[in-house]
Formats: sequence, structure tokens, C-alpha cells
Amino acid sequence: MSNITSQRSAPFVVAQIRQDFPILKLKVNDKPLIYLDNAASSQMPQQVIQRLVDYQTNEHANINRGVHYLSETATLRFEEARGKVQRFINAAETREIIFTSGCTESINLVMHGYGRKFIQAGDEIILTVLEHHSNIVPWQMLAEEKGAIIRVVPINDAGELLIDEYQKLFNPRTKFVAISHVSNSLGTVNPIREMIKFAHGHKVPVLVDGAQAVPHMSVDVQDLDCDFYAFSGHKLGGPTGIGILYGKASLLEAMQPFKGGGDMIAVVSFAKTTYNHIPHKFEAGTPPIAAAIGLGAAIDYLLQIGMVAIAEHEHQLLEYATAQITKLAGVTIIGRAKNKVAVISFVVADIHPHDVGTLLNLDGIAVRTGHHCTQPLMHRLGLSATSRASFAMYNTFAEVDALVAGIVAVQQVFAGSM
Amino acid sequence: MSNYKDLYQEVILDHNKKPRNYGQIEKATHQAAGHNPLCGDHLQIALELNQDLICAIGFSGESCAICKASASMMTVAVKNKTRADAEALIQEFLALAKGQLNAIDLIQIGRLAVFAGISQLPTRVKCAILPWHTLHAALNSGAETSTEAEHDPMRTTIGGA
Repeated sequence: MSNITSQRSAPFVVAQIRQDFPILKLKVNDKPLIYLDNAASSQMPQQVIQRLVDYQTNEHANINRGVHYLSETATLRFEEARGKVQRFINAAETREIIFTSGCTESINLVMHGYGRKFIQAGDEIILTVLEHHSNIVPWQMLAEEKGAIIRVVPINDAGELLIDEYQKLFNPRTKFVAISHVSNSLGTVNPIREMIKFAHGHKVPVLVDGAQAVPHMSVDVQDLDCDFYAFSGHKLGGPTGIGILYGKASLLEAMQPFKGGGDMIAVVSFAKTTYNHIPHKFEAGTPPIAAAIGLGAAIDYLLQIGMVAIAEHEHQLLEYATAQITKLAGVTIIGRAKNKVAVISFVVADIHPHDVGTLLNLDGIAVRTGHHCTQPLMHRLGLSATSRASFAMYNTFAEVDALVAGIVAVQQVFAGSM
Repeated sequence: MSNYKDLYQEVILDHNKKPRNYGQIEKATHQAAGHNPLCGDHLQIALELNQDLICAIGFSGESCAICKASASMMTVAVKNKTRADAEALIQEFLALAKGQLNAIDLIQIGRLAVFAGISQLPTRVKCAILPWHTLHAALNSGAETSTEAEHDPMRTTIGGA
């Protein structure tokens, strides 16, 4: 992970970081915006916004095969962005980095490219009860098509995976594992390195949904030894519409293409089409060029701040917010895993999360309410919904205090004392 | 934006804490279940129609404060009204909640005018209108309705997920 830690530079000063995010100056309902919905999408620093403007102003054309100046420039910048992603997650080769439209498409690509080719009737796919719908539904679609079977790793009441139960699920029919690195609803960090090692002991490949991990910690795909790792750009300060699928080259080469079209071919005739090499085999059509370059700029920004410094600051926010919210009568934190990122799901007694969210918005506080695209997890927890505050590097202790005061104000409205 | 706080003050202090017509009724002739899959709200509405007159109505279920208060106020508003009056009120309420009408233009809406503020909260419009969809389904003997149901003729496009 020296690729990341060595780039840590200036000391971490949150007030200085906030200056880089123009949207944080916004007022909502005449109150300063307090943005605590970072697990859904994080805000973009000026450096990335400017990079998008510069690209569109000076560098844009369609990539690949163009012989003119702008096409060569855009192709170069696009491939530079691929290299930045490769170094960011320490992939062995740039061809192992595939640009997609987002984490959801990355998972769907593996379902179509690997699953539909290699999963057979009676085969078993292991998921966890913590998964986001995007890492459940594609595998259910595959299971339905192939007659395969979904097996689910349970959790304890703290929101941690039961690793003994995970290990017991393996049998000769087990052919694939798809697990989240970090739970989007609860913030639980799963012990994926050990889980991958165990799966490999049974010769089973593992896909990791890293959407909630990559913005908050150093990720080294070679150290994890995962077979696939998927994430989105917009949760790391990049644009929407861009995501990454990392895959081991040998697996990507064995897979069938996901989408057909331009750029993914070597030779096309009506008799037969041969496919391009990876990563291009999986990148049919004109990709989101600007978004890819923007993601590269977002990675530059994160590395300049330093992933270790970001993780330290966010962990302090998590500890402080957990302590403060725990003190509130009638408020219960959902998800008490020992190893968490700065995500706090909570419920307020006798008040529906949507009412909590609507009233917090009156104070300019943005939280997410609902099932967070994890209905099986909500069912396991016996809840229909929670409120979720999720933090990023630019959040402050004062914002935690405002959230706590906001929750108390919600309770007061419902008690009829305001 | 302060008037949606007023909405909360009014509906929560009153109908959410003390919902009217909450519970089962004895001789239900029509009933329906409503469900909002986006937030998990679900409620059941049962009513007794006597020659087109709603002589009894009750609701039950679990939902947010806006949905519960809307259901409570709705049952008060349609009790002892004819089916036709209830259907007219449903249309008026839906228009009001979606911000398509001013409360002052409406004849029958009465205290329900407090829900005019909900149109400022597009993601919460569905919470307010779920009881009304469900009442419509019950009056037409529909077994079940959902804010996401394609077949629902009053399916709203406001505040989609």
C-alpha cells in the first residue's frame, strides 16, 4: 500500500478541506447545509469540477482510432485515468481496470460475463444478508435463468457476518461468492481478506462490492487477492455515470462480453466477429470519457489528502457521533459492529424515519431515510426503515452536534412541546 | 418553507397522536390494503356502504405521521358521505397534495387544506395520498393497491424513487 501512504502530504485540516467543496457553502432552509448523505453520493471538490471544465473546454473528442489531435489527446487522458485507478487500488495491470457506468453495472457485467458462461444448474452462489440490492438482484436473475441456488451468510445483532456460518455454506456445488466490503446501511467492515482466502481454498472466485469502502480506506486488490472488485466514482468525489470493475486478467479473458458494439471488437463480419482484448472487450460504445477523467482527478485529490488521514478523521467523527447519539433517550443505533466506517443508522422511538428526515431537513441537515436498498437486511433487523447519517472527510464535530440537536428537536415536535 | 413545519405541528399534535376511526369496524362491506414499498408504509381501510352511504369506516396499519394523519382526517371527512362525494373528495385531495389546486378553490376539502403544504415535499406526497388511493380501491372493491402499482389509474409520478 506504499503507493497510497507515500503520497500523504500536508496535515489534515478540515476547515481547509471544506474550502475545496463549493456546495458546502449552500444554505438549505436558511441554514448552512450539513451534508450527511455521503454513502449515497459524496460531494465534488473544485479540483474535479475544474478538471471537467478543462476537459470539455480544451480536450474533448471521441477516443480510440481518431488520428486527429483532439482524439489523441482525449484517448491519452482517458487511459491516464485508467492508470490512476490501477495505482489507486494497486491492480497488477491497467488492462484489469474496466470502466463501467457505476458499481451496479460492474456487478452486472460479472453476472453476464462470468456467471452466464460458467454457472450451471444446481450451482450455488454465496451472498450475505448485508448486501445492497445491486449485489443481490443480478445473482437472483442468474439463479433463475440457470437454476442455480442463492445461499446467504447471516449476521449477528451487531450487524457482523457470522464467519462460521459462511464457512459452513461451502460445498462442492459452491461456484461463486459476492460480498460487500462495507455495508452501506450499517457501516460494517467485513473481514473480506479472510473470506476470500477461505473461498479460494475451495477454488471459488470472489466478487467484492467495494462501493462503500473505496472512499474511506486504502484498498489493495492484490493484497486482498479478490477476483473482482467493483465501485462507483460518485462516492469518491467523482462524477456520476462512471464506475470501475477490477478483475484478474485471466478471469476477464475467459469471460464472454457483456455488451456488443463498437470498440469491443477486433474484426467484424457477418460470418463471425472476434472480440478485442481486455479491457476493451468490455467497453462497447463511447464511454463516459469526461467522467472517467473526472474520476482520475478525484483520485488525485484523495491521494493528496491521504487515505490514512481521511480514515483517521472519519473514525474520530464516528466515535464522537456514536457517543453523542447513544446518550439520547429514545434513539437506538442500528449496527454496532466493532469494525465500522463512519455510517450511523438509527431509529427514533415512535417516529417514522421519513418524518425524522423531513424534519432534519428543516435544519438544513441531509440524512437518508428508508431501507437503503437493503430490504433483506431490514427484514432481518425487524425494521422497515432507518435514518442514516454517513460522514465524509469534510464533515466536522460541530456538524455532529447539529445532528444531535436536530434529532432532539424532532422528538420535541412529536412530543408537542415546540 | 416554514409552512410544512406548520403542517407537522397541526397533524402530528392532533391526528397522529389521537387517530380517528383507528381500528376494525363490525360490518365491513368493502375493504382494501394500501402499500408504499418505498418506505414500508402499509394500511388497511374497511368501510360499510349502506345504499351508497359510507356509514362506517376504519383504518389500521403502520405508517409515518403524514400518512397516518392523512388517513385519520380522511375517515372523518368521508364518514356519512355518499360514494360519489367521497370519490369527488379523493380527486380534490390528490390535486391538492400534488400542488395542482389551491385550497381556497376547493369546496369540500375543509380542514384537509393543511395538506396543501405537502406539495413542497415531493418525496412525501405519496405518504399523504396512500390512504386516498386505498379508499378509492376499497370503494371499487379492489383488494389491494400500491403507490407503485402500474394498474392503479391514479398512479402518481410525483416523488418516484
